[in-house]
Amino acid sequence: MTSLSAPLNVEFDYTRSLGPVLGRFMTGLRDRRIEGVRGDDGRVHVPPVEYDPVTARKLTEWVEVAAAGTVRSWTWVSEPDDGQPLTRPFAWALIQLDGADTSILHAVDVPSSDDIHTGMRVRVRWATDPVGSIHDIACFEPGEAVETQAGQGEAVTMVTTPVRLAYTHTASAEETRYLNGLQEGRLLGQRCPACQKVYIPPRGACPTDGVPTVDEVELPDHGTVTTFCIVNVPFLGQRIAPPYVAAYVLLDGADIAFQHLILGCDASSVRMGMRVKAVWRPRAEWQQSLANIDHFEPSGEADAPFETYSQHL
Amino acid sequence: MRDVAVVGFAQAPAVRETHGTTNGVEMLVPVFHEVLGGLGLAKSDIDFWCSGSSDYVAGRAFSFIAAVDAIGAFPPINESHVEADAAWACYEAWVKIQTGEVDVALVYGFGKSSAGKLRRVMTMQLDPYTVAPLWPDSVSVAGLQARAGLDQGIWTEQQMAEVAVRSRADAKSNPLAQVKGDVTVDDLLTRPYLADPLRKHDCAPVTDGAAALVLAAEDRARELAERPAWITGIAHRVDSANLGGRDLTTSPSTVAAARDAGFDKVDVAELHAPFTHQELLLRNALGLNGSRINPSGGALCGNPMFSAGLIRIGEAARQISGGHADRALAHATSGPALQHNLVCLMEGRD
Repeated sequence: MTSLSAPLNVEFDYTRSLGPVLGRFMTGLRDRRIEGVRGDDGRVHVPPVEYDPVTARKLTEWVEVAAAGTVRSWTWVSEPDDGQPLTRPFAWALIQLDGADTSILHAVDVPSSDDIHTGMRVRVRWATDPVGSIHDIACFEPGEAVETQAGQGEAVTMVTTPVRLAYTHTASAEETRYLNGLQEGRLLGQRCPACQKVYIPPRGACPTDGVPTVDEVELPDHGTVTTFCIVNVPFLGQRIAPPYVAAYVLLDGADIAFQHLILGCDASSVRMGMRVKAVWRPRAEWQQSLANIDHFEPSGEADAPFETYSQHL
Repeated sequence: MRDVAVVGFAQAPAVRETHGTTNGVEMLVPVFHEVLGGLGLAKSDIDFWCSGSSDYVAGRAFSFIAAVDAIGAFPPINESHVEADAAWACYEAWVKIQTGEVDVALVYGFGKSSAGKLRRVMTMQLDPYTVAPLWPDSVSVAGLQARAGLDQGIWTEQQMAEVAVRSRADAKSNPLAQVKGDVTVDDLLTRPYLADPLRKHDCAPVTDGAAALVLAAEDRARELAERPAWITGIAHRVDSANLGGRDLTTSPSTVAAARDAGFDKVDVAELHAPFTHQELLLRNALGLNGSRINPSGGALCGNPMFSAGLIRIGEAARQISGGHADRALAHATSGPALQHNLVCLMEGRD
């Protein structure tokens, strides 16, 4: 059996406070001016550092440097990736700007790896619409600095840095059987060979004994509310109007409860020990998901005695 | 100081892609079984557990908590985690034993590098303000370092290829290695660049894997191992996060860590060098003349993220416990272009 897998795209736009040092650097870039900071050993750091890398003293002496410099090292990118400065093949380079003693990492726009070498002179190609970010330097290009029209405006205090990472998420073999079972309307757990506890969803290894769980156990779609809460707070994406109940449901024969919704009754009537049964969505909508169970509702049976679930709270 | 030794080690096969989840459970269960079984220990004999892994590699939050399932954490265990190579978890475990609170610790690391595009995931290690927003990848950053050394005549592409040839030949006797076999320098140098000046053979493969190592103190170590690998020094240091402010052709932090650990001379060294030029750089920086380097094949022949550094400690310890060496050095690295480095020195006592 092949394990289920699916694309998992993780994306987040980090908004970062810049503080006085990087804020001034980014403000400079927005105004088409590059500033570094002088360290205790006299070296000028570009990009600026907040504290001296050797003495750890706070650095405050600013030095404007040129928008041109010398390539100190480079490497070639034949297949540019999402978010990089150029969409055609380019070089990454460490560039020592005139007036600086450290190098800045950025892209150099040259047609091929034959068109760049260590020691080559390059200049900044400014972005058309600077905003106060490292992307205000669109890239570097061969040549010497040229006069630019300085911009000006409010100090830059924040930068937004989007992160986009693509993964393939793979379910374990046990999770795959569980998810395939759900598509057929079945609830499949697994039993630990050491402690005999039944886990649903199955976990791959018993969290108590650390041994693989192997025996499959089919469980009924009814059980007991072990604990619950009444949701009264509205939030973004909520699909049910509050108040409603989120509860831990312990299926009969299982040793671990999972969270689900309790509907079909007044929220205030839900209680520990209440017996509930699954309400499935229409069969045509079934997927490899526990969402096939729309919610649980009271089964009408007498409440389960506390001892039957006291070890599962 | 308490005497602490490496007494056991096991690792999962280094492979390009596993079919398991990103929480490491499937890889760790057999590794724990092997290392504990080999020592005749039960999980209840372990006083402290410490792991190294990365949620960015896993693509999910708290993957190291899910990994604890592989231990079986009932009754509750004494556990910690570092978001770094598990060599740093080994350091934490060594410190924990020094406190006198615990005598036996199990250190483990895991990573399913194949779940994402590893060289892009590693961009998340870079300065998030002025560097990472441009998305330079880990292979490109290593390429900038390799070029710096080539331009200054500190190493050559020929020497880099020689490192690959020796590593792959040594890996033939490592059943868990991912890349191995006989190749020639001349052949390797005809191949295309991956990130000029790096060719494919200069770069460690993308590897899924896991490893576990057991540390024990004093008499407990003598009970558990016939020839424990006694840790005589362990230290780690870090260089500036400002890539363009570093001299990329050397590694002051490795030199400082080796000095702090009391490095003098060793029979064998396991260096965590995921790129060929980094091995040359580390050998120069440490002055490793006459020592055998990476008999396991090293990270170039299998580089499971967040356990490859721990594996260097395990492999170096194995050289001592097997009687092939009396003094060994293990090195682990983290961060871009060898930014953060750990040195662990071990010896056998007869």
